[in-house]
Amino acid sequence: MEKTNTPLTTRRNFIDYFLGTSLGATLVATFYPIFKFLVPPQIAESTESSVVAAKVSELKPNSGKIFKFGSKPGIIVKTPTGEIRAFSATCTHLDCTVQYQEGTQQIWCACHNGRYDMAGKNVAGPPPRPLEQFTVNVRGDEIIVSKG
Amino acid sequence: MNMSTIADWVNDRAGLAPLKELAQKKEVPLHRHSLWYYFGGMTLFLFFIQVGTGILLLLYYRPSAENAFESVQFIMTEVQFGWLIRSIHSWSANLMIATMFIHMFSAFLMKAYRPPREFTWISGSLLLVIVLAFGFSGYLLPWNKLAFFATKVGTDIAGVVPGIGDFLLRFLRGGDEVTGATLTRFFGFHVAVLPALITAILFIHLLLVQRQGMSVPPSLEGKALKKMKFVPNFLLRDLMGWLIALGALAALSAIFPWELGEKADPFASAPAGIKPEWFFMFMFQTLKFIPAKIGPIDGEVLGVLAFGAGGLFWFLVPFLDRKTAQGKPSRGFTVIGIILLVYIVGMTIIGYTQ
Ligand code: FES
Repeated sequence: MEKTNTPLTTRRNFIDYFLGTSLGATLVATFYPIFKFLVPPQIAESTESSVVAAKVSELKPNSGKIFKFGSKPGIIVKTPTGEIRAFSATCTHLDCTVQYQEGTQQIWCACHNGRYDMAGKNVAGPPPRPLEQFTVNVRGDEIIVSKG
Repeated sequence: MNMSTIADWVNDRAGLAPLKELAQKKEVPLHRHSLWYYFGGMTLFLFFIQVGTGILLLLYYRPSAENAFESVQFIMTEVQFGWLIRSIHSWSANLMIATMFIHMFSAFLMKAYRPPREFTWISGSLLLVIVLAFGFSGYLLPWNKLAFFATKVGTDIAGVVPGIGDFLLRFLRGGDEVTGATLTRFFGFHVAVLPALITAILFIHLLLVQRQGMSVPPSLEGKALKKMKFVPNFLLRDLMGWLIALGALAALSAIFPWELGEKADPFASAPAGIKPEWFFMFMFQTLKFIPAKIGPIDGEVLGVLAFGAGGLFWFLVPFLDRKTAQGKPSRGFTVIGIILLVYIVGMTIIGYTQ
């Protein structure tokens, strides 16, 4: 469009500009809070860094058990040789909760047939990464699992 | 007061002449593919059943992790005919998705998306997305084990979308995990957001169909076809179809009441034999076949991107199929449609027989 600087067009430009920006500002002011409202607030991750996950006496060799680690499931595995290990039970593929399979002596995810060995390493199926491993301490009969 | 005085009274105030004219003018062409015309209306009929039974279920359902499962159990065991209403809601949802797919593929193969019906196709594609969102959000509401893990997987898939994945995942889950907050959110989508959206888009879709009349397959276009008045002749046939659908629905619901399963437990392993709903099965099966890593990229990321691209392609078909738009035969797109159909059906069968 050609630019003419008659008072009329400037005034009109000004009004267009004024109305346009106020409309834009109104929309932003309306939708920004809505948009922000939709995003759930960050809930502080549970500060628990260690939990009593199970009793030694209740775990048979070659078995597994799901335990609560804060708000997330973890899995304890007792190998046939009696060694105890603990991992996050959340499958690294698409988040299902894994389980220990005595027959294959593997950690198995039922959702897409993902498999991990007893060291938590992904060995078959779609999982792209090993399971996160936790530190295990045995104090008396209690199995204490901690992060890191 | 007789009928016509009432009609006159209403007409004086509402001015119904255009509607009457539309009803008298509307005709349905008759040809060997006319059968496919019934599926749109049947989808609509099943949708109305969803609205009705959904409202009924709303009277007893309680959307929280503590109460949801128990309230559905209550509906199934205590409320009179509660099992029937819930079964019909579930069965009708599945039948509706089936008729919607048939309607969509028949529209695709008969090239009903060609000008001037591009918008009709796009509004239909939006309806497809909304209906699948209905299915996904509704599946979680009984808060059983299968639903819990299906939602974990489904939202995690949204989470692998590059760039906005993290936002999407938290937006859908209402936090970092699938919890009661997710349930409340899905309930909100299922009974408020999605109904509002679908009402608006369905209105546009139906309005366009009325404006443009029925599309005739390109191969028959221009030929002298027999026509049938929509009111009352074709409408009566439609009603026949609806009656059959209603009968099927009642029979399925009574003979195979929809199961409730076990209550979701966030601290239990995913049960063996876990499967998604059948209409997501082909995607689920595809994800199973994609290896963990393809080069440096996670397999699932690739899968999600491929499905995204496929969806976009489907959406834009009216603009991509230049030949059909120019009135020329377009074998390529027919082949694409058939391959897709075979792929979806094939993967679904594999998913169920494996
Ligand atoms: S979620 Fe575990 S294999 Fe897919």
